[in-house]
Amino acid sequence: MRLFVALIAGSLFGAGLLISGMTDTTKVQGWLDVFGQWDPTLAFVMGGAILPMLIAWRLTIGRKALIGDDFPPPAQSEVDRRLVVGSVLFGMGWGLVGLCPGPAMASLSYGGLGGLVFLAAMIAGMFAAPMLGAQLDRAANAA
Amino acid sequence: MNIDWVWGLCGGLLIGLGGAVYLLGNGRIMGASGILGGLVDGSARDTMAEKLAFVAGLIGMPILLRPLIAPEVQTHLTNNLGLVVIAGLLVGVGTRIANGCTSGHGVCGISRFSLRGIVATVFYILAGGVTLVLLRHIWGLI
Repeated sequence: MRLFVALIAGSLFGAGLLISGMTDTTKVQGWLDVFGQWDPTLAFVMGGAILPMLIAWRLTIGRKALIGDDFPPPAQSEVDRRLVVGSVLFGMGWGLVGLCPGPAMASLSYGGLGGLVFLAAMIAGMFAAPMLGAQLDRAANAA
Repeated sequence: MNIDWVWGLCGGLLIGLGGAVYLLGNGRIMGASGILGGLVDGSARDTMAEKLAFVAGLIGMPILLRPLIAPEVQTHLTNNLGLVVIAGLLVGVGTRIANGCTSGHGVCGISRFSLRGIVATVFYILAGGVTLVLLRHIWGLI
């Protein structure tokens, strides 16, 4: 049952990314490019996605998940070096070509060679991340 | 009339619905980088099958749906593979160090008013905007 729920959730996510235009890098870069022909689509996608999640988070209060586990613990509020440095690195890559992890997977079947190369490089980056994260912590402790 | 924003809104609602199903059903936060990253570095362990099922839906649904409703959708990704590799590495490293991307920090974080989610989103949008504007308009490289 957990697997079925995950499959449905992933399918909705994939359908949404396809329909919203977020697998099209020109629409993502169009949103980031405030000095070019600005494209507001991404803001509508974000807003549209946040709405059902607002309701969902509200429904978690005082309940348990339908299958199995407790809900995730309350959000941490600590803003640390990892969060900021990681997000800046991610943003640089995102701006460079206009792909983030969700759309990179959703567009696998029509993204051609470039899409495969991006996914492979992203996976390699994910492998390397724990090492680089530890280095970041050491630098933070030394400072 | 350009109605891309309508498709954006509809697609966004579906994305949020996916996140709601994953949260209320399985008690999990729908983050693309966390799901793929957990599979890649082996930290998923007991949630491995669940994450694989999610990825199967995420990759599989566009295969089924695109020919029917959106055959014109293309990624329009740059042909410069060097750039693609650099960007992929940055996205992979960055999302794992920050523990989230557009879906986890953005959609799921902002909707629960998480400070970390909001801060992450501000930084990746700023970094993305500055990178794109510098490379496109100032240096003319992309």
